[in-house]
Amino acid sequence: MENPRFELTASPHIKGPDSTPRIMWSVVGSLAPVIFAAIWYFGPSAVFVIAAATLGCVLTERVFGPGGSLKDGSAVITGLLLGLTLPAGIPLWMAFLGGIFAIGLGKLIFGGLGQNVFNPALLGRAFLQAAFPEALTTWPNVSGPWWALRGDNFALPFMSANPVATVTGATPLGLMKFEGTHTELAKLIIGSTGGSLGETAAVMILLGGAYLALKKYLDWRIPISIFLTVAVLSQIIHVFMPEEPGALFMLFSGGLMLGAVFMATDMVTSPTAPKGAWIYGGGIGVLVVVIRLWGGLPEGVMYAILLMNSLVPFINRATQPRLFGTGKEAAA
Amino acid sequence: MSRRTTPQEDFIRGIWKENPVLVQLLGLCPTLAVTGTVDNALTMGIATFFVLLGSSVLVATFKSVIPKEVRISAYILVIATFVTIADNVLHAVVPEIHKSLGPFVPLIVVNCIILGRQEAFASKNTVGRATLDAIGTGFGFIITMMIMGSMRELLGNGTWLGYPLFGAHFEPWVIMVLPPGGFFTLGFILLGIAWWKGRTAVPVRPRRWPHGVTTEVGGSTS
Repeated sequence: MENPRFELTASPHIKGPDSTPRIMWSVVGSLAPVIFAAIWYFGPSAVFVIAAATLGCVLTERVFGPGGSLKDGSAVITGLLLGLTLPAGIPLWMAFLGGIFAIGLGKLIFGGLGQNVFNPALLGRAFLQAAFPEALTTWPNVSGPWWALRGDNFALPFMSANPVATVTGATPLGLMKFEGTHTELAKLIIGSTGGSLGETAAVMILLGGAYLALKKYLDWRIPISIFLTVAVLSQIIHVFMPEEPGALFMLFSGGLMLGAVFMATDMVTSPTAPKGAWIYGGGIGVLVVVIRLWGGLPEGVMYAILLMNSLVPFINRATQPRLFGTGKEAAA
Repeated sequence: MSRRTTPQEDFIRGIWKENPVLVQLLGLCPTLAVTGTVDNALTMGIATFFVLLGSSVLVATFKSVIPKEVRISAYILVIATFVTIADNVLHAVVPEIHKSLGPFVPLIVVNCIILGRQEAFASKNTVGRATLDAIGTGFGFIITMMIMGSMRELLGNGTWLGYPLFGAHFEPWVIMVLPPGGFFTLGFILLGIAWWKGRTAVPVRPRRWPHGVTTEVGGSTS
């Protein structure tokens, strides 16, 4: 432009300070307490698994992604979230492969950030769950020395983990489903139970989620509607069938917290309109309860979110708000 | 298609340039369904090859006496005859594989590779050219099935034709022998072929507009 005073541009003319990289790196920051809890409970294994998953994501984005797309931080988020959904004892090459899959087939194949239908981290985990069901459901015990590896993390690529190296336990949901025993609520809240790296410490997850909600980087309606649906539905079922767990156990066990706060609220794969967010969250809540109580698997948050992800375009179309300046009849 | 093709072209065309699965995307049902192991894939490929060759020769021989109005039914009858032969032979020679192939051997009748070659080529050309075309297309199908079956069995089971290649500690990728594995494998092969062909494509030429607006015109991937 020769004379900037006469430059013609399209709206918007006033921009806020938020940009994609800024939001994404804030999410990375909000994951810090969750990662801290993971390292606190699972020791060096947590560091290795999360690092391997993140490395897989970042390398794939660097090699196949559009130039400079690493700077927006979305690949790092996907990698961290994927790492947090994995058990501590998983061989590192599987975590790395999951990262490649999450970014490659979860995001880049749809056209990169903003184009993907499904949450990339959950898609990566779903792939790993289907490919290596045994490794993905081997939960190490939280007891034992902090610095010990929680499994055969350094199994050679394409080779199985050495089963002797692992002292395994069960997740609270697994105990509930297959043995009918309850885990204390206090343990569930601070996270000293078996499970995936990042799913156990409910307090830390809520801390990160509250920060994001205050910054308006996530839609608070989505986690709230998920929690409400799960709590109400499971409490009703608990009243009629006392052998099924009550609302508090359902809320604080498994991956519900992590999924509801950090995965269901992914800006790309969640509805844009407020009404849509309620429908979306309610759908996830119903699916979680149904899969947990009557499905073959003890945990169903991953599939619940992925299923509702696929419905988001339809929810968006059905809940499109009235355009400013148009009449009520025009909105129909 | 009016230009006469040489016999070599008739033969080679089906293997690479017009590969029935990878280029024409025909016959995807057996390609996705029975390539979980190499022996299933190879058996399916050979059975399809046999049916394709037999029906192409027969249709090309009798093309002048088949009425145009009922030609599809006539082709199906010819194909079904050869499928019955193939089905019974497989049942007698390799009963285990025949059992694991399940309904997919009878389903060769409706394989669109075979019907497509009858309609597009065998019914319009001499017996010799139809034979070459059927052999080429059949080999193209067998090769594709072998690639799919090898990738899926190697990753999904750690074996090739049942022989373990990676030792006892190999961790199988269970998903690769399940239906999603078929879609992944085919998708990756098609992705590779698209990339291979895209290397020589005309690059997209950005056209400059005022105020820095750019649009993409003139792109071609042929």
